[in-house]
Amino acid sequence: MRWRVGTVAETVPETPVAVSLRLDVPDWPGHRAGQHVDVRLTAEDGYSAQRSYSVASRPGAERVELTVLRIDDGEVSPYLTTVVEAGDQLELRGPIGGYFVWEAADARPVLLVGGGSGVVPLMAMLRHHAALDHRASVRLIYSVRTRRDILYRDELAQLAGERRSVTIALTREAPDGWSGHVGRVDRDLLSNRGWPPQEKPRCYVCGPTPFVEAIADALVALGHEPADVKTERFGPTGGA
Amino acid sequence: MQYAPLDGNAAAGILSEVFVAEMTVATTTCATCGAMAKVGQLPAYLSAPGTVLRCAACGAAQVRVVRGRDRVWIDLRGVQVLQVGVESA
Repeated sequence: MRWRVGTVAETVPETPVAVSLRLDVPDWPGHRAGQHVDVRLTAEDGYSAQRSYSVASRPGAERVELTVLRIDDGEVSPYLTTVVEAGDQLELRGPIGGYFVWEAADARPVLLVGGGSGVVPLMAMLRHHAALDHRASVRLIYSVRTRRDILYRDELAQLAGERRSVTIALTREAPDGWSGHVGRVDRDLLSNRGWPPQEKPRCYVCGPTPFVEAIADALVALGHEPADVKTERFGPTGGA
Repeated sequence: MQYAPLDGNAAAGILSEVFVAEMTVATTTCATCGAMAKVGQLPAYLSAPGTVLRCAACGAAQVRVVRGRDRVWIDLRGVQVLQVGVESA
């Protein structure tokens, strides 16, 4: 798969440490909801660093949107979140991955569980679902530290509706007036805000490795088929 | 620093440089214990100079990938069978 050059059309601040980059990518072949891209930065001396980012935009959207969280000692994310501006060009390769994808042809109910920026590929699925006015019901459970860390906050509120439920669990603090869940996502919350196993939902779990493993184990313990629990782990990779 | 493993989805990029098929949905049979799993689900260690995909059941290294400037080395000795979906004949 070849590298393409995308041009940043727009940068959208999502939280104090997260930015969405909307890219024009000529000849973009289209992506499926849940796929990611590799982004490569190359310095003038030839040193290059590469990272994977999930695509946040829905399949068929005009622009490819990536949402990037700044990791302070990172090599790539500080540049993408604080330096990049409209008109800049980035090298990217993708779309990549065929395992962690949701297809609109699938009529089964869907459970999405995201931790932190693990919500990004799930957002592509939710946006896809909404754009199609899809008949399957989707339930999102989104675990995030504090209210100001919530990505896509306004859009999630708009997307919530009859066939899309959104549950946000704040793990660190409950601000005044917060009516949502407080604390980690546990079996009770997965039971109450997810699906009973008899409904045979497709489950997509994305986040840091410990989060993903805890949620996947809890879902299987609740009676969901392991094969229906698809996971994607992310975290620091330490290398190029 | 020891990082928690990611999964085979994180190796999809480098595998896509070599394989025509989408490898995260390919299935490996572990040469050590016989467990079968999708590549996308294998624990992946990316902090080494190369990428190592291990068996989720027994922990044995199944796939090792190292990228040089203009070539990729793939050691598959930990995989007994690699099953890849293709178009119907």
